[in-house]
Amino acid sequence: MNIRTRTRMRTRTRTRTRMRTRTRTRTRTRQAVAAVAGAGALLVVTGCGAADMTKQASPYANAHGAKTVTLSVQSWVGAQANVAVAQYLLEHELGYRVDTVQVDEVPAWDALSQGRVDAIMEDWGHPDQEARYVKDKKTIVNGGDLGVTGHIGWFVPTYFVKQHPDVTDWKNLNKYADQLKTAESGGKGQLLDGSPSYVTNDKALVQNLKLNYQVVFSGSEAAQITQIKQFAKQKKPFLTYWYQPQWLFKKVPMTEVKLPAYKEGCDADPKKVACAYPKTPLQKYLNADFAKDGGKAAAFLKNFQWTTEDQNEVSLLIADQKLSPDEAAKKWIDEHRSTWEAWVPQ
Amino acid sequence: MTAAVTTAPLDKRGAGPLAGLRRHRGLGKLLLLAVAAAVIIPLVDAKWSSGTWPHALTVDLTEPLGKASDWIIDNRDSHPLFLYFFGHISNAIVVSVRAVYLVLLAAGWAGVTAAAGLIAWRVAGWRLAASAAIAFLICGSLGMWVPTVQTLALMVVAVFASVVIGALFGLAAGLSDRMHRALRPVLDTMQVFPAYAYLLPVVLVFGIGVPAAVLATVVYAAPPMARLTALGLRSADGGVMEAVASLGATARQRLVTARLPLARQEILLGLNQTIMMALSMAVIASVIGAGGLGDRVYQALASVDVGAALAAGIPIVLLAVVLDRVTSAAGAGLGDDKPAAPWKWGVVAAGTVVVALAARFADRLDWPDAWIVNIADPVNDAVDWMTDHLYTGVPYIGGTADWAAHFTTWVLDPVRSGLTWLPWWSVLLIVAALAWLIGTWRTALTAVLAMAAIGVLGVWKPSLDTLSQVLAAVAVTLVIGFAIGIAAARSERLERILRPVLDVFQTMPQFVYLIPVVALFGVGRAPAVAAAVVYALPAVIRITTQGLRQVDPAAMEASRSMGATSGQQLRQVQLPLARPALLLAVNQGVVLVLAVVIIGGLVGGGALGYDVVFGLAQGDLATGLVAGAAIVCLGLMLDRVTQPTERRARDGKGA
Repeated sequence: MNIRTRTRMRTRTRTRTRMRTRTRTRTRTRQAVAAVAGAGALLVVTGCGAADMTKQASPYANAHGAKTVTLSVQSWVGAQANVAVAQYLLEHELGYRVDTVQVDEVPAWDALSQGRVDAIMEDWGHPDQEARYVKDKKTIVNGGDLGVTGHIGWFVPTYFVKQHPDVTDWKNLNKYADQLKTAESGGKGQLLDGSPSYVTNDKALVQNLKLNYQVVFSGSEAAQITQIKQFAKQKKPFLTYWYQPQWLFKKVPMTEVKLPAYKEGCDADPKKVACAYPKTPLQKYLNADFAKDGGKAAAFLKNFQWTTEDQNEVSLLIADQKLSPDEAAKKWIDEHRSTWEAWVPQ
Repeated sequence: MTAAVTTAPLDKRGAGPLAGLRRHRGLGKLLLLAVAAAVIIPLVDAKWSSGTWPHALTVDLTEPLGKASDWIIDNRDSHPLFLYFFGHISNAIVVSVRAVYLVLLAAGWAGVTAAAGLIAWRVAGWRLAASAAIAFLICGSLGMWVPTVQTLALMVVAVFASVVIGALFGLAAGLSDRMHRALRPVLDTMQVFPAYAYLLPVVLVFGIGVPAAVLATVVYAAPPMARLTALGLRSADGGVMEAVASLGATARQRLVTARLPLARQEILLGLNQTIMMALSMAVIASVIGAGGLGDRVYQALASVDVGAALAAGIPIVLLAVVLDRVTSAAGAGLGDDKPAAPWKWGVVAAGTVVVALAARFADRLDWPDAWIVNIADPVNDAVDWMTDHLYTGVPYIGGTADWAAHFTTWVLDPVRSGLTWLPWWSVLLIVAALAWLIGTWRTALTAVLAMAAIGVLGVWKPSLDTLSQVLAAVAVTLVIGFAIGIAAARSERLERILRPVLDVFQTMPQFVYLIPVVALFGVGRAPAVAAAVVYALPAVIRITTQGLRQVDPAAMEASRSMGATSGQQLRQVQLPLARPALLLAVNQGVVLVLAVVIIGGLVGGGALGYDVVFGLAQGDLATGLVAGAAIVCLGLMLDRVTQPTERRARDGKGA
């Protein structure tokens, strides 16, 4: 033991005199060792009991010692409008700090059940997730109607409808397939579809209605909107999957194509769907614990309810006037005091 | 001069028989392959005769993967594996990111800027210190201070973990031959792994948020550290090691006093690579709730706001460029034996504390709103103008939309239908032949197995679709890249102008140029190819320029004295001598193009890229993971097919 220590010391002094840089390396190694030890200690300290991942908040939360609410923002602007207004009111009227996280719809449900986010402000109907988290696991509760009704459908630009009024019936769509061709649709008409996170039966619909169309997935809403705008600038005809409420209607007027009417249960088998999409009253969902212990913030989010027009007004300010969501929300809030005062709990 | 003249013809004479031999060997390989094919193919074709991959040979993973995903979701809150293992990892990450975040917030913008500047000054000198400080000030003035700090906090933790893990694996692989053999294929595979493919499994286990983001980043960023550490340790000078051993040093002393110091250049290069990869992943991880700058870019994408996306993208570019320059300067500075100056670190610490305290007392912790410059509007106007005027109807050359349509119908469609028309066994045969010609039978085997795995996974058709896009994108990248690279190699001035441009394109998050690309080329495969070209071009240009520049000046001199024109010089001396570099450029081009296939899925590229995005968006493990695995297989195959033997041989010698 003694001898070994001595040799080590000798080599150490020898190297020190020989090469200065080595000392530097050694200090660095020592620092690294200390750091690893520190991390290890941290693990030991936290590592005694069970660590429930569902009880973990974002590391950025509560940075200034404030009460924090985390809201999930979906990728479309309508959802941004909900969140922007809720955020502004929570921050300025109720004194909360609000964090927002942008995630896709299904992962957002997952995050909501784990408590990573406290609320989803606008949900378009996810029966599988609802059954799993609301009914079975009871980690999520319904937060009531948003007040907006959502509807998915197929749309053509209104300028095209003016020239060819019969295009709005699905039975006539095949007549126009030629005019709706693009390089991507390979000889058939193009049906432009959106982000992969959206609910869609379009492939089955095209097949079951025997339409001479090719579904082209644009992969993201941003890509789809950009493409629609480019088509509209040149007054070119197009057929697209789209949804209401959506701010783009104000920029590019579009008319819905009538598909076979929706009946309860006609979309039960995704392979055999041959009917239109339903009208969905959009829902809010809250994390169960947050709904119980969230105090004024939870009460406020449950009360939050506005109309399609309100939402569109804010969306348009964000997407068209390019106001920041915060400024857009402020503008709406200044003008609609009576609407939102009912939401704020006393 | 005379020596130069004599060596050139000598080289030529030496090359003659060697090239002949190589050709013959190639011919032999092809013959052997043809014989094997002649035996196997009739059998295979008789049994499963179909154009695409036979259904009998696929394995459907939908059910097991769906079950696995259900199991994880059901047991995530209760199973001990999650409570006692993943839970603690997740906790530790949250705690450490939070700690770093709070420290950075407490230092305020002034403190952080001062610290960045002073550290850069300490390791890299005044000039970089100034640019580091300015970079942080720009981040603030774009109104991105808090997101920048969030990204920094995540990065600090992720880079630290990657470096520790990477260095441990690197040490193991550097010291033990068996570990090296075991790890190398894994690291090779990781190199072609598209970043997106990690996200889905990580999200499933950890849920969205910072822990998942940090872990995905670590998995992505640790391999270069491991690879380069191992390389550094293995290439230690034998003479020095012998000398140290003869001085009676123990194994540990040999490692600490000789091997590690000798390898520090490589290790620092590894650190540099790790930081760069972590930064690019920090952006991609915004899709799973990493927050920070990436999230701002991603949110701006939703409102189709290029200006806002750029405002968040610029800080990322600046961070990347500054970190890159500082770490590579630190690596270069290690070589010369300047006396260590501990007082300088004292200055760094003291300066930071003073500035941070001053900011605190002046109540200037947050970036003042009045100092924020809004760049979004002018940028949006510029982009609108550009897309309005270039999209269509440009006299003579047509608009970008027309090009895109022509590119799709004349290039992409024929390539795709050609590939899908080929019988499945002939695709395997072509892959085998190409890989064997350029590499060894091992690389050929890996390539064929990777391609076969795609078939077995049941995604043969979409994979060929993706492959056709990759091939087209690589071809475009190489044509443009070689042209610009050659031009830059011949003009110092052009290279100087290009350098910052290439830096920007290499580090700019791809989300930023998604919208302009669609606005110019419409939705479909053409914009996906365009995005891939933009991403892969810088690396190809860089490698080409460097390769041409490094051509032996003696050979150039000789050819000039023999009266070669500059064109002849390029064709007959520079390009042949730079062949290894050009092959490397091809290889890198292929790997990088494949890395953005998934981004292509976001603009209508369809195929595998869309499937991965779909899997992530719908939480559908079966679709996403299978498509991700297929991309990895494609990457492996393409890497092996384009990987020159020289690189492997050098690797082997180093080992």
